[in-house]
Amino acid sequence: MKKQLKFVVNGNPYDIWIEPRLLLVQVLRDELGLKGTHRACDEGCCCVCTVNIDGKAVKSCSVLAMQANGKEVTTIEGMKNGAELHPIQQAFVDNWAFQCGFCTSGQIMASNALLKENPTPTREEVQHAMDGHLCRCTGYNMINEAIRDAAGRLQAQKAQEKTK
Amino acid sequence: MKNIIFDFEYLAPKTLEEALTLLSQYDEDERKVIAGGQSLLIIMRQKLITPKYLIDIKGLTDLDYIKFDKKEGLKIGALTIHRAVEKSPVIQKEFSVLSEMEQNLSNVETRNWGTIGGDIAHSDPCGDPIPVLIALNARLKMTGLNGERIVDAEDFAVDFYETVLQHDELLTEIQVPILPPNTGVKFTKYNQIEGDLALASVAMSITLDENKKTCSDVRIGLGGVAPAPMRAKKAEDILKGKKITDALLVEAGQAASEEASPTTDIQASEEYRRELVKVLVKRVGSEALARAEKA
Repeated sequence: MKKQLKFVVNGNPYDIWIEPRLLLVQVLRDELGLKGTHRACDEGCCCVCTVNIDGKAVKSCSVLAMQANGKEVTTIEGMKNGAELHPIQQAFVDNWAFQCGFCTSGQIMASNALLKENPTPTREEVQHAMDGHLCRCTGYNMINEAIRDAAGRLQAQKAQEKTK
Repeated sequence: MKNIIFDFEYLAPKTLEEALTLLSQYDEDERKVIAGGQSLLIIMRQKLITPKYLIDIKGLTDLDYIKFDKKEGLKIGALTIHRAVEKSPVIQKEFSVLSEMEQNLSNVETRNWGTIGGDIAHSDPCGDPIPVLIALNARLKMTGLNGERIVDAEDFAVDFYETVLQHDELLTEIQVPILPPNTGVKFTKYNQIEGDLALASVAMSITLDENKKTCSDVRIGLGGVAPAPMRAKKAEDILKGKKITDALLVEAGQAASEEASPTTDIQASEEYRRELVKVLVKRVGSEALARAEKA
């Protein structure tokens, strides 16, 4: 029996009826058409499907969609501002932080949550916060560099906004 | 694509009483309780369990709390997420070992959604919280329609994924007493990939006498080396009442490794796990001792 799910995704309110057995990743991709959130292991082992719920990084394959009721979800599609990439996205581009790109949306969503909590993480802190994320191209060093570069960009952006 | 998980009837009680009533209404084989679902959804996807009714208790916010009192100790509501335990200032100050345990429990994504009570009630023999709670002499509160009861952490899990929870009961609170003076607690798990479950884990709490010379009390919790997390009482007896030396810790490690009953699986052999216990008891013991000396 379908159940009502009311939640906000990337700033847009949704009021939909879904089968309660659906995982959040299924609802995002198949019901809302947000294919930027990828599915890989489906077992909570790789963090590829990471999104933000109320600003925190979670694995969308390990959350029952119904549990997102009343919550605010952000996916990779919600990151850019109009045509402009989010500073984290731009830092990933500039630092060659992806190769095949399959794990990137999850990496960026985890970075987004990390940098909100810890705006200036060290290399080790990034490593620990990202330790669930698998990148089969093994570009881990560049990813770590991109995240710390993004931290700097976000700090600079904040400072600029203050002086405005 | 749609049938990653078999269909079930979804029930989301609004209060604890409603949840307990639902529990008592359905047969144990037909229903399952979901909190954060970080373990449950995996086994549901693997079709290892296919409940007809899924009772979602994550919305019971009354069970999401961390309370501390200098006399009563620490009380954690069962539906507190791991991340809240990890980041709690009072836990970092008074029971730092709990926060340290959380830092390496799976990954941050899991800790942001999974609850400590769900983890304990799921009762994976390789899980992290129970060995630490055994060392901390913690108690677990269970609530049913007929009232509450409390068990020691060491008596909660009885076999692989089996606990003393009755059909109509929920785990509702974790209670950790104030540490005695001159006590040091340490937990270490051994795994091959950061964030994995333990191949073996050891938690030790050592209390020294007032002169900080001899060990007046010690508690050892082991994980991953028996069908359920266990207390290594023989190893404790070797240390109790004596001055703890490296040689004595080696002896205790040997005893713990003998009283453990690990199994061989794809991750590690029985012998390997016994060896890990031996090594870890010595290592964790000297670190707990150092903390007790500084306490």
